[in-house]
Amino acid sequence: MPFRGVHQAGIVTAAQGRMHFVALDVVSDDPQRLRDLLKAWTIAAERMTYGAEAAPGGAVGGGPWDVPEDTGEALGLPPSALSITIGYGPSLFDSRFGLADRRPAALRELPAFLGDDLDPARSGGDLCIQACANDPQVAVHAVRNLIRMGLGTVSVRWSQLGFGRTSATSRAQQTPRNLFGFKDGTANIMAEDTAALDTHVWIAPADVPGPAAWAAGGSYLVARRIRMHIEVWDRTPLREQEVIFGRGKLEGQPLGQKAERDIIDFAAPGPDGQPAIADVAHVALAHESNLGGVRILRRGYNFTDGSDGQGHLDAGLFFVAFMRDAHRQFVPMQRALASKDVLNEYIEHTGSALFVCPPGLSGEQDWGTQLFGRA
Amino acid sequence: MTTGALLALAACGGGADPAPSTGVGGPIAVVATDTECRVAVTTAPAGTITFAITNQGTKLNEFYVYAEGDRIMGEVENVGAGLSREFHVEIREPGTYETACKPGMVGDGIRAAFTVTGDAPAARSDNELLAQAVTGYHRWVSAQADEFLTETGKFVTLVKAGEVEKAKALYPTARSYWERIEPVAESFADLDPLIDGREDVVAEGMEFTGYHRLEKDLWVDGLQADTNAMADRLLADVTQLVTKVKATELNALQLANGSKALLDEIATGKITGEEERYSHTDLWDFEANFEGSKAAIAQLRPFLEDKDPQLVAAIDASSTALGELLESYRVGDGFALYTDLTPADIKKLTDSLDDFAEQVAKVAGIVAAG
Repeated sequence: MPFRGVHQAGIVTAAQGRMHFVALDVVSDDPQRLRDLLKAWTIAAERMTYGAEAAPGGAVGGGPWDVPEDTGEALGLPPSALSITIGYGPSLFDSRFGLADRRPAALRELPAFLGDDLDPARSGGDLCIQACANDPQVAVHAVRNLIRMGLGTVSVRWSQLGFGRTSATSRAQQTPRNLFGFKDGTANIMAEDTAALDTHVWIAPADVPGPAAWAAGGSYLVARRIRMHIEVWDRTPLREQEVIFGRGKLEGQPLGQKAERDIIDFAAPGPDGQPAIADVAHVALAHESNLGGVRILRRGYNFTDGSDGQGHLDAGLFFVAFMRDAHRQFVPMQRALASKDVLNEYIEHTGSALFVCPPGLSGEQDWGTQLFGRA
Repeated sequence: MTTGALLALAACGGGADPAPSTGVGGPIAVVATDTECRVAVTTAPAGTITFAITNQGTKLNEFYVYAEGDRIMGEVENVGAGLSREFHVEIREPGTYETACKPGMVGDGIRAAFTVTGDAPAARSDNELLAQAVTGYHRWVSAQADEFLTETGKFVTLVKAGEVEKAKALYPTARSYWERIEPVAESFADLDPLIDGREDVVAEGMEFTGYHRLEKDLWVDGLQADTNAMADRLLADVTQLVTKVKATELNALQLANGSKALLDEIATGKITGEEERYSHTDLWDFEANFEGSKAAIAQLRPFLEDKDPQLVAAIDASSTALGELLESYRVGDGFALYTDLTPADIKKLTDSLDDFAEQVAKVAGIVAAG
């Protein structure tokens, strides 16, 4: 997986099977320390994405008395398509590090949505690292080693493991299923749709004039931890499940159509003569035609964090999406869903965060120099 | 071990009460009150320097001589109100040191500069520096062990007299001497579970004894029929332990590993509230483990400064940060109870401890490389 390029890996990259996502807070007030860490992270991240250990000394190269520089659990494993994507939260651009004037204007906290039940311990963060790979051990190894390098400079605020992708980001990929058993994100923006990516995903230079110009070519990342009440869902009749989503369960076809990728027709009648897709169906509320053309690139993962202590699985969708401006794309979409979606009876948003992912790195560039504008 | 160190070691346990004087070659008088630390002379030639401290205050006091980085060159602890103690400190390197009284035995103390004059000795080899570190650390551990025995004796007396509140007040302080020297003390695997075993980790066929058994009696169950027998047994076990600790031989790698092991103890037992599950005095243990870790690093300092001054600076910075954070939880002479800490407090302490421990973990590799 190429680490450097015009855009960061892990956005339009064909979605890997597993994810380890971590949000961190900076606990040092020293900008130099943060800059040094971002530089050290760049080197370690680049090494790990091509299958090397986090540092040249590695797990055993330092000899018997040194503390190993790499934790070792990925020894002997292939790179597994590992991508490491970094993002910065609105709080990083407060007065602590002299970054206030470099904050992209659209990097401001998301508003509250109807029905939110956000846990502060699962929300926000100064920074995020998204590691995706086809082997969970490789993704966990990457995050673990980066966290360790940052001890004393950053502290983990929250983290999330995802065990199965819920989106296709390339036409070569099958649409996967979420934990409700439905194909999700059929209408996603695909890597091949370069014009749509420019319109909906990548931050344009005109979006970030002046000192925020460093963010052009980047993208905003919205993360939402969506708990699913799957035990309740599982005792819902098939017909009701399909009506709620607006799609068939087996094929994923829009109701009233035959195949998954058939054009959605909101006027097509169902058996009762009424429109097959209700206007409060998930697929209708999230559709661009009902949102003034707004689209996003979805790249979420299913999660299960064990059980909740009351005998139910603590499971759901870790929604991750990339877009050019969260306030113009995610916010109207989520407002529509939060107020009307019948699915809300079965889900609860328990965590939320917004980050700006910088553009890709060129040549010898590192994340610290890119963010601060100087070495 | 040098003769001077042996002398100092012997003097630490003593209770001599000489008339303070300031004559050349005689002891340097130190008058300590609750607010002052008057050292009669602030300069002395290199060699064995004798101090005679008189506590004219109302609080228990301590007197320290520090080299750079708070490396303890000599100390005398537990000087009661109205008492005098004399002790010797061996300083061979001319330079600037610090004296400190600690009324109430807390905080950084009332400090003053102290100059040692003379010709600088020839630069020391690595082996000499490491040997000196081991000697200095052993001296410190032995002094802590002596105090552990003294304080355990007082604690046992209080328990047996049924003075529950006073025993509870002394409990975290008496135990702190064990916690400071834990890597050495717990190396005696037969005595460790008897003195410091927790109820849930007592092996099959063994009895729940020692400090934590008495902790449970004092805080939860009330004094039991066998409490006095348990108290006697604790004193006997501690007496045996102290003899063994003082006779033990150490090497420099053990100092390095011990300084990290103490921080691991905090991370796995204290910051979780497991160690003091009845008294909730875990922050006393936290401080004692931290002190013990710093003491070992301080003895290795001259060697480390030679090999990796950047690491020494990083250790100093993170140690200061952790020390300041811990002080913010101080309440009177002690600390906030574990049960009074919020999850956010515990996270802050964990972050700061992680930072310090990551730096300290690098010391063993440097010592091993010589």
